[in-house]
Amino acid sequence: MTAEAVDKPKKLVIICYSGELEKTWATMILASTAGAMEMETTVFVTFWGLQTFVKDKKRITGENWMQKMMSFMQRPGASHRKLSKMNFMGMGPWMMFQLAKKYNVAKPKELLEMAQAVGVTFLPCQMTMDMFGLKREDLIDGMGEPVGAATALQLMTEADSTLFI
Amino acid sequence: MEIKTKVDASGLSCPLPILKASQAVKTVASGELVEVIATDPGSVKDFDAWAKSTGHTLVESDAADGKFRFVLRRK
Repeated sequence: MTAEAVDKPKKLVIICYSGELEKTWATMILASTAGAMEMETTVFVTFWGLQTFVKDKKRITGENWMQKMMSFMQRPGASHRKLSKMNFMGMGPWMMFQLAKKYNVAKPKELLEMAQAVGVTFLPCQMTMDMFGLKREDLIDGMGEPVGAATALQLMTEADSTLFI
Repeated sequence: MEIKTKVDASGLSCPLPILKASQAVKTVASGELVEVIATDPGSVKDFDAWAKSTGHTLVESDAADGKFRFVLRRK
């Protein structure tokens, strides 16, 4: 390995847009592994993706009735993601978690914690927070300051690799 | 040179062997060795990629009895 490549860590930016279980899983696997590979990793968390970063124990979020209704219809939190296909009232995710346990596959929430432990930065989207009525204390601990699309794009242009999930 | 820390990642699926190994490497000093045992066949290429990306050295990579053994040296 050349000194140059070692001294200058590779940068990865992931735009975490989706909130379905399968996509959340992909985001968490790649973010935690990138952190373990000592890549400078930033995850910009927006729209449905931000629902994953609400504390698991929070049931209803938002200030007005529409925001509250949204969180009622789709429970927020990393442990409450639904599959986009074969959800079957939670039967699909339940089976996925049983299989994950059987084959020693880490769950999204565990991978998220590992990613945070290796220094992956998760930046919440300010606009999404406003639209869904999410407060900083609704979100998990350890997230960065809320930012906007311009910051995300600026990080992306400086990154070696970018992903939109 | 002696192994400083051992990680048993047997039975664990991707990406856990890499995550556990990476955590262990952080606990040793520069130049010290970490041994990882894994059963995930994908880990053979993954440890090679991990070393290339991080700059740590993959000193040994061998397989026996369905287990894979890696020795890593912290940069």
